Amino acid sequence: MLSQIVTVTGVNLRSLRERLGSSVVAMIGIAGVVVVFLGVLSIAEGFRAAMASVGDPQTVIVMRAGSDTEMTSGLSGDTARLIIDSPGIARNERGPIASPELFVIVGHPTKKDPSDANVPLRGVSPAALDVRPQVKIVEGRMFTQGTNEIVVGRAASRQFADLTVGSAPKWGQNRWQVVGIFDAGGSAAESEIWCDARVLQPAYQRGNSYQSVYARLESRDAFQAFKDALTTNPQLSVTAIREPEYFAAQSDVLNKIITSIGFLIAGLMGIGAIFGAVNTMYNAVASRTREIATLRALGFGSVPVVFSVLAEAVLLSVVGGLFGGLIAWAAFDGYQTSTMNFQSFSQVAFAFSVTPKLLATALAYAIVMGLIGGILPAIRAARLPVVTALREL
Amino acid sequence: MKFLPIIWRNLMRRKIRTIFTLLSIFVAFLLFGYLMAVRSAFNMGVDLAGADRLMVLNKISIIMPLPGNYSDKVRAIDGVKDVTHANWFGGYYQETRNQFPNMAVDPESWLRMYPEFHVPEDQKKAWLADRQGALVGADTAKRFGWKVGDRVPLQATIFRSVRPSWEFNIDGIYDSPVKGTDKTQLFFHYDYVNEAVPPASSFANSVGWLVIRVNDPEQSPAVAKKIDQLFANSPTETKTDSEKNFIAGWAKQIGNISMIMQLIAAATLFMMLLVTANAMAQSIRERTSELAVLKTLGYGDGKVLSLVLMESCVLALIGGVAGLGLSWFLVEYFGDPTGSFLPAFFLPPRDLAIGVLMVLALGFLTGAIPAMQASRLRIVDALRRS
Repeated sequence: MLSQIVTVTGVNLRSLRERLGSSVVAMIGIAGVVVVFLGVLSIAEGFRAAMASVGDPQTVIVMRAGSDTEMTSGLSGDTARLIIDSPGIARNERGPIASPELFVIVGHPTKKDPSDANVPLRGVSPAALDVRPQVKIVEGRMFTQGTNEIVVGRAASRQFADLTVGSAPKWGQNRWQVVGIFDAGGSAAESEIWCDARVLQPAYQRGNSYQSVYARLESRDAFQAFKDALTTNPQLSVTAIREPEYFAAQSDVLNKIITSIGFLIAGLMGIGAIFGAVNTMYNAVASRTREIATLRALGFGSVPVVFSVLAEAVLLSVVGGLFGGLIAWAAFDGYQTSTMNFQSFSQVAFAFSVTPKLLATALAYAIVMGLIGGILPAIRAARLPVVTALREL
Repeated sequence: MKFLPIIWRNLMRRKIRTIFTLLSIFVAFLLFGYLMAVRSAFNMGVDLAGADRLMVLNKISIIMPLPGNYSDKVRAIDGVKDVTHANWFGGYYQETRNQFPNMAVDPESWLRMYPEFHVPEDQKKAWLADRQGALVGADTAKRFGWKVGDRVPLQATIFRSVRPSWEFNIDGIYDSPVKGTDKTQLFFHYDYVNEAVPPASSFANSVGWLVIRVNDPEQSPAVAKKIDQLFANSPTETKTDSEKNFIAGWAKQIGNISMIMQLIAAATLFMMLLVTANAMAQSIRERTSELAVLKTLGYGDGKVLSLVLMESCVLALIGGVAGLGLSWFLVEYFGDPTGSFLPAFFLPPRDLAIGVLMVLALGFLTGAIPAMQASRLRIVDALRRS
């Protein structure tokens, strides 16, 4: 049986060259689906990675109760003070590791387009770098407290016009001085511009108020106790959320849009490609009618025939899938872009990411398309009545 | 027309092939229709933007307010016909995931500014008279099951320190005969919020943005310049632009979805072109001797050519029109696949027309080569070949 399968499949594949035209069509079809599938999902993957890779469960974000984004939150200076002094926050020689912050957006053009994009500008407190150990100044230096100096995230510097060390952007009446570029491990923070919160407050008429407090917990397990301390304090009406959960929620809307539309498109294209593959395989079987009948007459069973047709279909889909994967990887992986985070209206820069996992999924999808496309023609090949088939021209 | 039976017979020769080719074309155009709807959704109705409307924003960014007295200052500028203002309220209904656009506006001038929002006259009157009243779009009313007369609470975000929960009377529901108009918004009285805001707050007596109608759309750039110059070097500088540019800029911030959709549509149609062309070529190749017989019977080259072309066009038309039809139906009756994030999700008639042209192009292109080959057949060769 096994040797029959090998022989028949061998015969089948060797004759593939004669049906090259229609086989290539099926392969291109599957490759096209894979390219689109990967293209769309690499956007979702890249965005998710940018939003989620900050995921440090030891870091917690405190906002006003009822706010799901820093943008709509607001905390008075006194509230911020109370939060910082709550139990459970780690301390170092400078005191509690907590940073009350302001989050606003400024209109600033991208490199590709002169019209304004909503660039996030974050006012941070001295402990900001202690709260986020992953943030490193990679060029220039950190801003000096109390001055109008700013540091720019690496992705923001790449995506938006004139945000390099030495440039001096002007937003409204305020002129700022870029003194450094920071790296945040590819996370969403890299899309931001940082300045001193104390300088940002008057510039944006915020008095002594903040929007959020970023704090580092003593340990991961300290979260519940910290949260309880805040919620039971009658002076406070705030919500605490772990950083990974916050950023996951922030990417929720966009992810939902991309994946729902992406799967719909890839699904429909896949169905189209399957129909194309079915046609190709039917033609392949039809053009080999006499060959298959001869094999059957010689005593080969129907199982090897089914197998050989399926093998051909899968081979075509694997080649098409690999080809499409290669194109998608070369074309999309690492492509830098930015989009608007629907929850806070601010720009997030990210790179398309064609991960090995996505590639594997796409290849599996291609094989499934091939199998579905091959099954009907394979059954037909196996059911060919030998005598009439031999007579067919 | 009299050739239809023979074309039909030819198509039915290999039923399976015809059916699957039809299905491929069908799926391709179903997808095409869908992609165009997604594209129009991400353009956020930029085509519907009022040509004579301008937006005035704080120059720093959209989240910064403008002083309330800017309305009157702008109204005094030459070329400005009407002014209205709005504040983003950012409230949600019951749970944070139930977000939709809700704004505090000046009701009378707002409705004057946006005549595309149709409100029954009695509802309009009731809303104008009711300080706690709200006017809601038909889509959002449907989403939450709100009816005229309901009293609904919205949870505040930005204005939470003023009051965490705000109650509104649904006085009216607006609809619009214009496809793609955003019917997810909720408007309520600016005074209702402004009176509740403490006078010391930076929110007090400030507005989010102004919307302006100009006398002459041709003069828009000049008027915009005049407005921005008026406030130049003041503590609050402005940025004025046409509504169209504003929406386009907003859409652009999401990314070039339009281009991505067009690329995918092009890739899909190209794939289908290959699949169909392949099927047609195969089918003609199999019928070489038949075509030779037809020619022997006196069918001219031109007639054979048009027979084959008609066959491919019939195939494309059946599959393509059915696909476009279904996509139109799905978009129209099932709408937004994401739930509620894409208010302008519809299939513009222009794209539908482009789709039909594509169907015809597909029919001609896939039939062209086989048809040429068939018409050039020499009878003797063809008969001998079999």
